[in-house]
Amino acid sequence: MLKTRIIPTLLWKNFGLVKGISFDSTRRVGSVMPAIKVYNTRDVDELILLDIAATEEVREPDYDAIEEYAAECFIPLTVGGGVKNIEMIKNLLRAGADKVVINSAAYDDPHLISQAASRFGVQCVVASIDARCNSDGKYECYSHCGKHPRSIAPKEWAMKLEDLGAGEIIITSIDKDGTMSGYDLELIRQVANNVNIPVIASGGAGNYEDLYKAICEGNASAVAAASIFHFTEQTPYEAKKYLNKNNIPIRDSRIRNQ
Amino acid sequence: MSTLIIDYEMGNLGSVRRSLEECGADVRISNDPKDLKFASNIVLPGVGSYSDGMNSLNKNGWVDPIKCAVSQDKIPLLGICLGMQLLSDYGYEGGETKGLGIIPGKVIKIEKCSNNERIPHTGWNEVYHNDKSQLFSDIPDGADFYFVHSYCFMPENDNTILATTPYCGTVVSSISKDCVFGVQFHPEKSSRAGFQLLRNFLHII
Repeated sequence: MLKTRIIPTLLWKNFGLVKGISFDSTRRVGSVMPAIKVYNTRDVDELILLDIAATEEVREPDYDAIEEYAAECFIPLTVGGGVKNIEMIKNLLRAGADKVVINSAAYDDPHLISQAASRFGVQCVVASIDARCNSDGKYECYSHCGKHPRSIAPKEWAMKLEDLGAGEIIITSIDKDGTMSGYDLELIRQVANNVNIPVIASGGAGNYEDLYKAICEGNASAVAAASIFHFTEQTPYEAKKYLNKNNIPIRDSRIRNQ
Repeated sequence: MSTLIIDYEMGNLGSVRRSLEECGADVRISNDPKDLKFASNIVLPGVGSYSDGMNSLNKNGWVDPIKCAVSQDKIPLLGICLGMQLLSDYGYEGGETKGLGIIPGKVIKIEKCSNNERIPHTGWNEVYHNDKSQLFSDIPDGADFYFVHSYCFMPENDNTILATTPYCGTVVSSISKDCVFGVQFHPEKSSRAGFQLLRNFLHII
């Protein structure tokens, strides 16, 4: 049976790992390389590494640094931040990324998704959607680290991204990001129920039950989380034990054989 | 004598190289088919579409030298993901395309069996090998490996199937014929089980 993935998200800014709340007021929580080594030995299922300053600073990803990180990572590594053309995707894959996250650039140039999918395969194109719930109660997509409203609902944008050739979608609630108050289940459900590609839930995980709900109530294929692992004693391994007890298929021979 | 990774501009060569080195291999990445003769074993990696992959192998003159290396020189070869698929006779991703024709079969799109299943088949899934081959020595039957693919290998002969995985019915996750092996999953991204499989491959003579 296909396992539900637990994916720590590493936000990377100026050589450090950071974490904020609702895409704002980030604080430093460590260094990238030690985090990658630790997660790699602790049986996490995948890692997402996002350079959150790249789009804002209008610069290329740091390919040399990514190459060093990838060399220590023997699990799938998904890399994003500032990705806006085919050349960048090629360089990231060459540096050792297995999948590339595209977010802001897809709004201005949707064909970037289809070009990337036909050139490198749908399996390495991860489309990222950041959304918040507006005062009228409707969800809206935002680009550029939550700064630019895009006048499109996440559900519609997700369907469009799937049509264009995205192989996976990561849906992040800006409102919930960093709050550790639970995922926005309605938002995740709206996206997951309207596409046939895998959907990764992101934004708001505070405890193991939140992960469970994103899978069972939000219908997510995988759960991404950051603060819960940075700021609490909770670990991906314990999360898997919890999910396993609650009949969610997880990957870990040690747990399954018990 | 080194392990040769075929560089045909289709994929995650860095990851494959790193994990083979971690398993003790002396690795050489080559874009010259003449180097095949000097290899102790060959790895054909690859992500991307079948037609692009074959076009690239054809353009760079790899097809006949690869066939010759495995059939005449009996050099063990491991195809990973797209690299496994290209061992077939035909593929249908990006239009019907003739493959390497080393292991009889064709590569077709995975069809969903239930609403819960999503394509691409992405994530860790069980590989059942029934201890049929040295390639899976010391790997528990049903161990999880990392998959990410939308097409799958349909072998013509069941006796070329080494392992299967439960998804959309059944996916053939490993094949072999003589000294040629293919895995649909990514051992280079499958942590400890992946290392064990690569070490097993390196020990096949």
